[in-house]
Amino acid sequence: MKVLVPVKRVIDYNVKAKVKSDGSGVDLANVKMSMNPFDEIAVEEAIRLKEAGKAEEVVVVSIGVKQAQETLRTALAMGADRAILVVAADDVHNDIEPLAVAKILKAVIDEEEPKLVIAGKQAIDNDMNATGQMLAALLGWGQATFASELDLDGDSAKVTREVDGGLQTIEVKLPAIVTADLRLNEPRYASLPNIMKAKKKPLDEKTADDYGVDVSPRLEVVKVSEPPERSAGIKVESVDELVSKLKEKGVV
Amino acid sequence: MAVLLLGEVNAGELSVDATAKAVAAVQSLGDVTVLCAGAAAADAGAEAAKIDGVAKVLVAEGDSLGHRLAEPTADLIVSLAGDYSHICAPATTDAKNVMPRVAALLDAMVISDVSGVVDADTFERPIYAGNAIQTVKSSDEKKVFTVRTSSFDAAGDGGSANVETIDAPAASDLSSWVEDKMAESDRPELTSAGIVVSGGRGVGSEDDFELIEKLADKLGAAVGASRAAVDSGFAPNDWQVGQTGKVVAPELYVAVGISGAIQHLAGMKDSKIIVAINKDEEAPIFQVADYGLVADLFTAVPELIEKL
Repeated sequence: MKVLVPVKRVIDYNVKAKVKSDGSGVDLANVKMSMNPFDEIAVEEAIRLKEAGKAEEVVVVSIGVKQAQETLRTALAMGADRAILVVAADDVHNDIEPLAVAKILKAVIDEEEPKLVIAGKQAIDNDMNATGQMLAALLGWGQATFASELDLDGDSAKVTREVDGGLQTIEVKLPAIVTADLRLNEPRYASLPNIMKAKKKPLDEKTADDYGVDVSPRLEVVKVSEPPERSAGIKVESVDELVSKLKEKGVV
Repeated sequence: MAVLLLGEVNAGELSVDATAKAVAAVQSLGDVTVLCAGAAAADAGAEAAKIDGVAKVLVAEGDSLGHRLAEPTADLIVSLAGDYSHICAPATTDAKNVMPRVAALLDAMVISDVSGVVDADTFERPIYAGNAIQTVKSSDEKKVFTVRTSSFDAAGDGGSANVETIDAPAASDLSSWVEDKMAESDRPELTSAGIVVSGGRGVGSEDDFELIEKLADKLGAAVGASRAAVDSGFAPNDWQVGQTGKVVAPELYVAVGISGAIQHLAGMKDSKIIVAINKDEEAPIFQVADYGLVADLFTAVPELIEKL
């Protein structure tokens, strides 16, 4: 069975995003970029399926700027078998919307015919939490989002999902889309020998045009602004002082 | 213009707070029809009809809708979409599961976590863990979006909308429900509580997390946790507050042993009053706290419980 994992190159998890002074977006020039953390979890899960003998091949796909090939190399170094880069933007500030990403992924999936797609639940840049669900809709597949546990069993997958109020377990018929939540696994670090080996693994380069997908945005970004600043208040010296402050404010 | 709003229905009950906040958010866009779907949804529909500003309620009851599986719920919404210019829901995990699927089926780009409605086409939403606010103008014929409930005050009650029953869709063979493991709790619900007490990595263990719960119970508060606390197994996943967990904006937020990573701040920095208790005076949480107490939580929290 083949598993396909879409990965996105985003601002590094530890970098605080700064809004550009012209209000056109967040400044990504000379900012450290990494694989979206949820996608790392998705890649790890796919590799574990392969290691457990439940998957034969792990294919990673990224859609965006050419530099996303670094992100794909990271996934290959973790243990993915091959990669497909779909160049759809020439400026890192041009974020391809989940709907367009899903359309391109659908076209890739029509060719690759994986039985399972594992995606991150959300990209930490646009925080949309949408690509997996949209892709499932376009393919007419079942979806199991926000997964914290995944068990493959023949032609179906049993997935435990993190939902408001607790956990829900559902079964989805394969082929299906699973989106990874934080607790699904802890992704490995790529070892140096594997990073060297990854350089020789196949990486195909395509464009959005190759798949006939129009990536022009449906959502025009009118402006991007700083959120209202919250300033630090005061330090209290004791629990007594804290209690009296809260009583003054009438919140306790 | 007309709005279809998916009400938040769990086990037959309407989550009034989340639904009423979403209703308040979209009232300016046109007549609001609330859809209540579930194996049982009539009671939820009756509750929804009482929310101020609701013009009509649709109730769909059927086994296929029993566990809010994305596929049948999305099919139902798409079948109703023709009558509406805007289709939305409070941004709960159920809605985040369903609404992007609806959007793709309608060839529209979903707008997640709307924190402000500017006009019929234009919406504000947080991006980058709330470090930026994006204003987007949609060119889609139908706007499909989820509403960040913490950004809006709930619509009041006193409404008396008509309730209409509609057919449930056929079951989908794409997915099926196996089981729920929902935490039973007498505490207020995290996203609608007036006070939230959250614990972080500094709490140290699952056993010691009881201290956080005791403080919460003393205050009649909901309990939250940082991602670090959840990842370490101190607290269950549904307590997580932050970029990828729940977003809360209570009157009072008490952060105990939480350093204040940007991903956590994303989920609570709109709280009215923030209290931080942490022994590390350099912890970033103090930069957003109204009242900071630099102290060992194991002495400060018991003292606080005693003195409140």
